[in-house]
Amino acid sequence: MNILSKFYYRYRKLLKTIRLYLIIAGPGIIVMVADNDAGGITTYTATGAQYSFHLIWFLILLGPVAYYVQEMTVRLGAVTKRGHAEAIFHSFGAFWGWFSLLDLVLLDWLTMITEFIGMTAAMSIFGVPPIVTVIISWIVMGTMVLQGRYWTWEKVALVFCGLNLIYIPAAIMINPPVDKILHGFIPHLPPGGFTNALFFLLMANIGTTIAPWMIFFQQSAVVDKGMQEKDMLWGKIDTAVGSFLTVVVAIGCIVLTATLLPGQIINDDAEAARRFMPINRHVGALLAIGLFDAGFLGAICISLASSWAFGEVFGWAHSLNHKVKEAPWFYAYYFFDLLLAGTVVLIPRAPLVLITLFVQVIAVTLLPAALVFLILLLNNEETMGEYKNTLFQNVANIGIVVVIIVISTLYGISAIFPKILGG
Amino acid sequence: MIFDFFRNTAGAVRAINQKYAKPHIKMTRGVRFSFGALRFYLLLLVGIMVYKFITLLH
Repeated sequence: MNILSKFYYRYRKLLKTIRLYLIIAGPGIIVMVADNDAGGITTYTATGAQYSFHLIWFLILLGPVAYYVQEMTVRLGAVTKRGHAEAIFHSFGAFWGWFSLLDLVLLDWLTMITEFIGMTAAMSIFGVPPIVTVIISWIVMGTMVLQGRYWTWEKVALVFCGLNLIYIPAAIMINPPVDKILHGFIPHLPPGGFTNALFFLLMANIGTTIAPWMIFFQQSAVVDKGMQEKDMLWGKIDTAVGSFLTVVVAIGCIVLTATLLPGQIINDDAEAARRFMPINRHVGALLAIGLFDAGFLGAICISLASSWAFGEVFGWAHSLNHKVKEAPWFYAYYFFDLLLAGTVVLIPRAPLVLITLFVQVIAVTLLPAALVFLILLLNNEETMGEYKNTLFQNVANIGIVVVIIVISTLYGISAIFPKILGG
Repeated sequence: MIFDFFRNTAGAVRAINQKYAKPHIKMTRGVRFSFGALRFYLLLLVGIMVYKFITLLH
């Protein structure tokens, strides 16, 4: 009887813990899974097709990298109750504030166009015209925010995050070679050694791991959710779970293309799904759904990141808990962003390749600044108090930030000068 | 109406500039070094982009 009562007590405790986690879970999982946006999925599928299972270990390393950067936004948001844009204005003054805000707005808008490119390309596999995809996406994205509750928006977004995991059953369905996957977990270079092409792809993978909008989004989401210092541990767990999921999805994409499209070059968003169709219709369809979902998740998070940032700086009401009447400018900007990005994709012969290139270049100007500001803010004892970075966190975070800055700069420069790496 | 919008926006921008005129972070050596490095980095980047633009024109 005693054993039974102990077991029941532990079971209730576990249930309570899980329930508490589910209440607090959200920003971390959403930002990390949304990081696997249309561009991210394309990079992973290209990596698998080009280098088979050989780079799985590298993607595993990127999980902790993403966690360490995003975890800082949880602490900063929960302690200061300020979004990242407002924190930059407050701590570093108007010049760096405007630089960050305007750079973020431009970059977010360009990135959102690439998300819409991914969504329309994915749905075109099912014969859905781009205009229908864009309009339906607008309606769903609008409905998600107009109900006036952050909690509802977050839970709907989590459903879309669940859909992003579609790559895992798709990878299992094709019976991949388990021994080769396991070998991919051991760090090694692909056959052919360290080439320029490999370096470019590694840079692209790092470039998709941390994007400026992620920093702004998660901090603002933590504030909008009303997370306190006491919730910080759960916020960190949430971020860790998200970074685990993002790596699992990335591995799923690699397994898919490494198994079915080995040695092929993937150039655009929906190419992998299109090539899968004649080989395995079901997997091709799952891949297309996954790509649409990736673009959709990216678009809803990125547009919110910009709207929150503007709201914080201009002093508009800027919470998803507000009704449209209470926060008209916040919602107006959100819809303006979505409408503008979606419309560009519908313009015949719009320079979409050039836009994708621009995203990489603009990201290089904003990402280092955002990361440096993040480290400085986390070391500010006056605002962070006992939650400021420890020595270990500083060593780890500064190391990660330096590597990300160097690699993303090289990636951006190689986008401007494609022949610089001998490509 | 459009004129009002731009006038209001300009007013809001002025107010923001006044509100955040001075940085609130303590200017330690680390902070100063970070700002200097960031300025250098951005100038270098702008230089590279200008170079690319000029070579494209030619």
